[in-house]
Amino acid sequence: MIEIIQTGPFNTVQDLGRPGFRNIGVTTSGAMDPLALKIGNSLLGNEAGAAALEIQTYPFKLRFSKATVFVVTGADCGASLDGRTVQPWCALSVEAGQVLELGQPRVGTRAYICIAGGIDVAPVMGSRSTSLRGAFGGREGRFLIAGDTLQTGEVSSPLNLPAAGISVVDPAFALADVYPAHEDGALVIRAIPAGEYGLFGEDAERFWSQTWKISTQSDRTGYRLMGDAIKPTTPVEMRSHGVVSGVVQVPPSGEAIIQMADANTAGGYPKIAGVIEVDLWRLGQARIGSRLRFVRATHAQAAEVEKAVAAFIDDVRRTARLVCGALQVLN
Amino acid sequence: MNAAVSQMSQPVETLALDRNGARVSPIGSRAFLLEATGDFDLASQRRIWALSRAVELWRDVLEIVPGMTNLLVVLKVTPEDPETLAVRLLEAWEHAESIDLAGRTIEIAVTYGGEHATDLAALCDRSGLSDREVVRIHYEGTYRVFALGSAPGFGYLHGLDPRIYMPRKTVPSLNMARGCLTIGGMQTGVAVLTGPNGWNSIGFAELQMFDPMSATPAVMAPGDTVRFVPASIEL
Repeated sequence: MIEIIQTGPFNTVQDLGRPGFRNIGVTTSGAMDPLALKIGNSLLGNEAGAAALEIQTYPFKLRFSKATVFVVTGADCGASLDGRTVQPWCALSVEAGQVLELGQPRVGTRAYICIAGGIDVAPVMGSRSTSLRGAFGGREGRFLIAGDTLQTGEVSSPLNLPAAGISVVDPAFALADVYPAHEDGALVIRAIPAGEYGLFGEDAERFWSQTWKISTQSDRTGYRLMGDAIKPTTPVEMRSHGVVSGVVQVPPSGEAIIQMADANTAGGYPKIAGVIEVDLWRLGQARIGSRLRFVRATHAQAAEVEKAVAAFIDDVRRTARLVCGALQVLN
Repeated sequence: MNAAVSQMSQPVETLALDRNGARVSPIGSRAFLLEATGDFDLASQRRIWALSRAVELWRDVLEIVPGMTNLLVVLKVTPEDPETLAVRLLEAWEHAESIDLAGRTIEIAVTYGGEHATDLAALCDRSGLSDREVVRIHYEGTYRVFALGSAPGFGYLHGLDPRIYMPRKTVPSLNMARGCLTIGGMQTGVAVLTGPNGWNSIGFAELQMFDPMSATPAVMAPGDTVRFVPASIEL
């Protein structure tokens, strides 16, 4: 069990989300940085989609009520355990009573606290993710507050960690080969032209060429981008249709919106593009006020990156098991 | 792939295949939208319902989301060759025989006008009708649930009289109340969550359309018939 001692608003329990219910209007929710969640869980020997705490407002502090193993992935928040520095992406053993503290992120925005066995809240419609808009899932459908206690799942074979823990290389470095580098300080996000791309005429080119700024009106639901307005050559009133996170819609203001994890399941604004799924985690770690640029991608490229990312996660799981298994033999 | 399709898909600048009354385009890497390009009517929707039944059985499909004369298909993994998938969808559309869904009839009590009808005046201006006429035309209609979506349990209703058509707002209302009776283009529906909303409100209904703990969380289902019953008219 863990006890929340201090927290800002909008910190929630998240897993990989609730797919399969878009047809009744239920958004998938789930971690904004699903890669950090999968890596954290894989390192601990959990199911890749076990529930964790998604922290996006700081400071955050929790107490472990029993000995366990945990890892903080995603944003680098200068975490500490009873005052001693905890490296991000490093799985560590803790004793009952120890206190984990996260400060303002130095890099990234969202940290994931993964614990052996996962956070064990009751699944709703197949997922433990909190749907803040729907007010269900996670901890009573709301964000965490000080005083909350959360159970963790049973661990069948506890990890035998070395005293210094085991680390995985930050995916921002480990996967640098398959992710484009920043350009002039702007995050480069790959996208595929979507249904109404052709309606934007000459403005479509400016969608790619300009640098967009992530506005303060951005959250788990979506990111509103600021830049030179892009407009369809003629106004279009669409019939409502299903959408997925990553869709880039252009409302009449001409400033693009990227729908994120808690987005509506349907929409009717013209879609100029869709961010490839493997790039969504980088958006999940992008700061309000930071800049980004879109570059065109193909499905073949997206599929290739998808494979590289999956192989990396598999590798983390295998290596962690190997290291801990070897230690068990030595002991 | 047949010759006609390869002709249409050149150059492969943007993948948007268009043929036989339907069009397929991608949303990101793993989702594809098939839109019927014909009239916005029940006949098109019945073919979408048939297509949905066929496509949800495909092995590579994770989930399907029927919309208003369209269908979003989410795959389990990103296809390396999206055109083949698009062609498969278009062929399934060609073979989709119309089906009807035998739904229930749901009556919803509405307060027309009043404090929540924030856009009724604008609708009158646009249509040239009086508020009384707008309200009467709305409650005399018989609506069909074409699809659910956007928010948990929200039913997109077809059957709006074109005289009270009202485009979505240029600037969405930031905090529209749950229960607002709204019009968005040729569609109507009752808001199920309080929050930003680009549709136009003309009244209010007290109802619970969704229960996440239920085996069937959504009250409405595609194919249902909806009638609005004026509980009171406050003009």
